[in-house]
Amino acid sequence: MGFNRVNTKVKIKEIYSVINSVKVVPYIFVLPFVITFLVFFLYPIISSVIMSFQNIEGFRDVTFIGWKNYRNLLNPHYYNALRVSFLYTFLTIAILIPFPLVLAALLNNKLLRGRNIFRSSLFMPALTSVIVAGMFFRFAFGTQPTALFNQMIGVFGLSPITWLQGRGTGMLALVVLCVWRWTGVNIVYFLAGLQGIPQELYESADIDGANSLQKFFNITIPSLKPVIIFVITISVFGGFSMFAESFAYWTSRSPGDIGLTLVAYIYQTGFNNNNFGFASAIGITLLIIIMMVNVLQLNLFGFFKKD
Amino acid sequence: MRTKTKHSKSGSYSSFIIFTFICIIFLAPFFFMLVTSFKPGQEMLSKGLTLKMNFDAMTLNNYKIIFFEDNRYLTWYKNSLIITALYTVLSLFFSSLVGYGLAVYNFKGKNLIFFIVLLVMMVPLEILLLPLYRLMITLNLMDTYLGVVLPFAVSPFAIFFFRQYIIGLPKELIEAARVDGCGEFRIFFKIIVPLMKPAFGAMTILQALTSWNAFVWPLIVLRSADKLTLPIGLMSLLTPYGNSYDMIMPGAVMSVIPIAIIFLLNQRAFIEGLTAGGIKQ
Repeated sequence: MGFNRVNTKVKIKEIYSVINSVKVVPYIFVLPFVITFLVFFLYPIISSVIMSFQNIEGFRDVTFIGWKNYRNLLNPHYYNALRVSFLYTFLTIAILIPFPLVLAALLNNKLLRGRNIFRSSLFMPALTSVIVAGMFFRFAFGTQPTALFNQMIGVFGLSPITWLQGRGTGMLALVVLCVWRWTGVNIVYFLAGLQGIPQELYESADIDGANSLQKFFNITIPSLKPVIIFVITISVFGGFSMFAESFAYWTSRSPGDIGLTLVAYIYQTGFNNNNFGFASAIGITLLIIIMMVNVLQLNLFGFFKKD
Repeated sequence: MRTKTKHSKSGSYSSFIIFTFICIIFLAPFFFMLVTSFKPGQEMLSKGLTLKMNFDAMTLNNYKIIFFEDNRYLTWYKNSLIITALYTVLSLFFSSLVGYGLAVYNFKGKNLIFFIVLLVMMVPLEILLLPLYRLMITLNLMDTYLGVVLPFAVSPFAIFFFRQYIIGLPKELIEAARVDGCGEFRIFFKIIVPLMKPAFGAMTILQALTSWNAFVWPLIVLRSADKLTLPIGLMSLLTPYGNSYDMIMPGAVMSVIPIAIIFLLNQRAFIEGLTAGGIKQ
């Protein structure tokens, strides 16, 4: 009995020292990620690829149909979703890089009074959820002449617009929502980058007699290149995976599909029409698009060049 | 020299005016949401969100409804709090462990795992919605808090953040503790964790905000009315009949106020959480 107990104690100690050895311990630390990656990432991706070649009705009726789902992508809804997603991504990047960049450069001026209050105020919208912000804009873009944006254009003598029912104005409403929520975040990114630029660069430019515009384009922008690349990269993900904004405005179906983004299309075919195979095919093309756009973008900015 | 300072001073005056103007525009939606939350919901349905303010017609009735009469709102609030707490605790715990493993040790496969962390960060979760949904059904996690939290509990962004932070800590502390015969887990929990307080602070805020505002995944997992979170619950009020419109704006306002308070008290942690992961590479 006593001998046995000592034996198990020794065993436990042995096991503990093996677990605690520098050879084994790192794997225990990273284990949570490895498990999550395998179960909630790798497996879903693989099953998504497989599903994209299947016709799935319910859960049991699964037939392999080759490339048919991908051929079915050649339809007006998919083209529309591509157009909406590309345009939205393009417009949000076209605004959410230069606008916050200029504001951040202005905020970086130590002589500016109240700069912390300005920075915090511009950041506040980022605290709201897409749904809360969407609720505000949904009713502010109301069709009634009394709704906020119609009142505002009324000041200039324009007649009321049915904002959320037109293609152009619907896109405008989506972009406005995004710009409101993200300007402050991008300002914070650019400010962090600006604070890393050595002051001597500006001083020597002063000696050479450069004006502030020249300094902005020849020192500030080139020095911020890594930050700009980072912000574009996250904007590409955000833009192409946009869905909640559209859902907040139109729920799952919008007039004339003006809010049908690629992810909205996945949601619609997958969860409303239960066509999982086809929805998976859309998802795979979306993944490929995002990867391609980012590689292209990074190439364009010479990210892969070693200099 | 004098002309130069004069020049940038006048520049700072004009940017002061520009920023005052822009900030008013950016803060206006909060003001309008607050004002509208005191108006009858029927008015928002018929007139849209409007500039006109009739202070006599304003009432606290909407707030009475969400807090005392219609118990749906407090249920959503409770669900959001539970899910946020669960997600934040799990993701901080697991991600700091992984971040430590990647920062401190040299082991076979380390670079591969770190590469995968970065890769996962690059793929939007929306692409995985369908297969994850099927997985949740198989695992019997549909309509549960755990189903909302578990797939994203080990956050690659948080791992990356913690790894960067731990790399910046002095290695001598760990060496000294090893010499003293301290076990590896004890080193992490007793020596490293206390040093990571600022990192935990920044990540707590960021992860809690992400989870509090999450919409797409909870929308898919949560099904029954008593499980909904705030964003989903608020969306469910938008019926064409408009019988619950009284609850929309006060509900939206009350979901933002706690976050706004936490933000105003911990601005530095917010901003560190955002920037450190992305830029200090």
